[in-house]
Amino acid sequence: MKTFKDSGHLFRLAAVFLVGLVGFLVLRSFLVPHSFGRYGHYRADAIPEIAATPISYAGHQVCETCHSDILEVKSKGVHKGVACESCHGPQAKHADDPASVQPAKLDTAVLCVRCHQASIAKPKSFPQVDAAEHSGGAACNTCHQPHSPALTGGSQ
Amino acid sequence: MNITRRQLLVLLPAAAIAWEHVLAGTPEASPNYNMSEHWWGMLMDITKCIGCGSCARACQMENHVPDGYYRTWVERYQVADWESETPTVDSPDGGKNGYPPPKKLGGKNFFVPKMCNHCADSPCTQVCPVGATFVSPDGVVLVDQKYCVGCRYCVQACPYGCRFLNPQTQTANKCTLCYHRITKGLTTACCEVCPTGTRQLADLKNPNDPIHEFLKTHSVQVLKPHLATKSKCFYYGLDGSVR
Amino acid sequence: MQIPVDGFMYPNEVELQWSVLIVLYPFLTGLVAGAFILASLERVFRVDAVKPTYRLALLTALAFLIVAPLPLQLHLGHPERSFEMYLTPHTSSAMAMFGFVYLWYLLAVLVLEIWLDYRRDIVVLSQTTTGWRRLVYRALTLGSTNISARALHIDERAGWLITVIGIPSAFLLHGYVGFIFGSVKANPWWSSPLMPVVFLFSAMVSGIAIVMLLYMLFNVLRRVPIDMPCVDTVAKYLFYAFIIDFSLEMLDLVHRIYEADESFRSLDFMVHTRLYLSQVVIQIFVGTLAPLALLALTQVVKLAPVVRKRIYALAGCLTLVGIFAMRWNVVIGGQLFSKSFLGYTTYKMGFATREGLLTAIVLSILPFVILWVLVKLLPPWPEKEIAVAAASGD
Repeated sequence: MKTFKDSGHLFRLAAVFLVGLVGFLVLRSFLVPHSFGRYGHYRADAIPEIAATPISYAGHQVCETCHSDILEVKSKGVHKGVACESCHGPQAKHADDPASVQPAKLDTAVLCVRCHQASIAKPKSFPQVDAAEHSGGAACNTCHQPHSPALTGGSQ
Repeated sequence: MNITRRQLLVLLPAAAIAWEHVLAGTPEASPNYNMSEHWWGMLMDITKCIGCGSCARACQMENHVPDGYYRTWVERYQVADWESETPTVDSPDGGKNGYPPPKKLGGKNFFVPKMCNHCADSPCTQVCPVGATFVSPDGVVLVDQKYCVGCRYCVQACPYGCRFLNPQTQTANKCTLCYHRITKGLTTACCEVCPTGTRQLADLKNPNDPIHEFLKTHSVQVLKPHLATKSKCFYYGLDGSVR
Repeated sequence: MQIPVDGFMYPNEVELQWSVLIVLYPFLTGLVAGAFILASLERVFRVDAVKPTYRLALLTALAFLIVAPLPLQLHLGHPERSFEMYLTPHTSSAMAMFGFVYLWYLLAVLVLEIWLDYRRDIVVLSQTTTGWRRLVYRALTLGSTNISARALHIDERAGWLITVIGIPSAFLLHGYVGFIFGSVKANPWWSSPLMPVVFLFSAMVSGIAIVMLLYMLFNVLRRVPIDMPCVDTVAKYLFYAFIIDFSLEMLDLVHRIYEADESFRSLDFMVHTRLYLSQVVIQIFVGTLAPLALLALTQVVKLAPVVRKRIYALAGCLTLVGIFAMRWNVVIGGQLFSKSFLGYTTYKMGFATREGLLTAIVLSILPFVILWVLVKLLPPWPEKEIAVAAASGD
């Protein structure tokens, strides 16, 4: 009993720690997000939040539903594997509202060289030219129709 | 129904947020999408890459990546003869706007696109102190932008250099495999615009996926295999000099 | 801000992620662990010669431990979310578990040990002082004024037990910091099983050095003669710890050079160029070999006390510089080279920015301010102890 009386201060200290621990646990139950831990050590609600990010590229299937005529031309040429938005840029807004959102007109002099400017690092089988030598400064669509670029003579 | 002004003040912002969710797409992932049916990966066919940078530009536009930071980028390699441990590599602005003429000629020259490898045994998710980055049930490594504290331990732990701290959100950021697209049946922005078919999304749980078939019948490599990260970004035609 | 790059770096690697604040943080926790180990020398290993530094070592440890989380908070992108590490700690993350190691060490070891050792003084002071000081002391007594011989004996035993637990806890405290770096397999400059051990021993070295310096400084300021057997013993332990620390670092270096793995060429080049000043000149020569030579001199040659004091002061200061340089070389050095092993970047340290040099300087001064407050509140001087004993009627 005397030991207990003389270690009273230790019991008081233990009480302080206990109160702190209980307080922390109570606070924790309020603060930890509810979906945390459902699939793993993370907030499960983050997954649908990330999935709800707005889309900028519509995807070529969407383009083809309206522009089947272009698809017809493209599928016969060497650009058949090139998606529409690869050249035309993100068009989800246009797909949502075709009448009021128009895609910008493209400058082939800038656009085509991105892929076709000759470089030693490109695969040898890939069609590439030195743009300045090849066309002498003329825009690419002077001779090549971008949707089906094989030479037929004349632009679109 | 009598709504007091106080009730309106509470209801209106909540309604506005809900409406935004509706406009952005379904609040849950697409109702037809079941996470347990997919295990996502990527195939990079190096033999086809032309270094056009369309992937890097498209990713930036689709995901609003700030300038100077990259969720994906393209590197140009030059390997002189047999010196595979000291290639010359450059990636000006991630390859978004082309490359300057090479300083020296000769040797092997090729492009290598890089991105988050969406490792199944990811070292970055292992070190996150709070559980803000994780591997989703369908195999995509994601970052919870609302939970990340911005300690950058994950950035240090990634062996591939694919993470960065977004200066606007002050949270860790990286390729999400366009999660918002693949859960709706679309492909990633980078795969969509790749003109040569270098980049192809793969669903490793889908027996009908042609890429899955390709992986089973061709020699493929991953980056830094000695680190055993179970990387799901597979490279076909990868030279030994690629770091 | 254009950052100059040599060779090739992955585009996201060019900007350094962990700044000088992350250099400061292991330096501060190292001082804590080292100061505590010195205190435990007296308490557990009964090295009576160092008793005059016992209480000062504990207060020093506390002052630095209080400041230690501040560089981390200032570094975080979202410091307001930092409590998440306590709510949902990821058990596979060394950083998350360190949060608990820190809390354990602060509350269950350091605060407890200080309270138990000072309890008699606190009770006496709560009865003899006035004004707000009286309130502070009364709060610290937790309402118990029992300072009977038996109660004090219980305190002494409890304190001894806590010190015994405290020694591995101090090892854990700084070993964990080493593990935070040593477990990153992506970074060959960091990834090593030696890292926690090297960090721990360099922590001990820095902690012993700073307590030695503070003890000498305070005594000079108070115009009290320095207890020579005490500082001689402290310097001796500093010397021993330093030899072990240096051996470990040399082992790491020799091992790297010999095995010369994939990363070696790139790291070797980095040490010879970008890291030359901070690693070879400051850490190795100025910060390790010079103080080792000075301390060895005092162990081998019989020198007059005034000469020994000057040597200890110089060696102590050089040691602190060297250990800070070691933290710099680990943290900053680990980010200067590319994980492709093909290039190097530069660290652009801001000045008056959130993670800049000025912030680091302020955070380095802050522990001394806190220590000054603690010393005023809980005087660690032996003669004050005697005065308190007299006041309590012993």
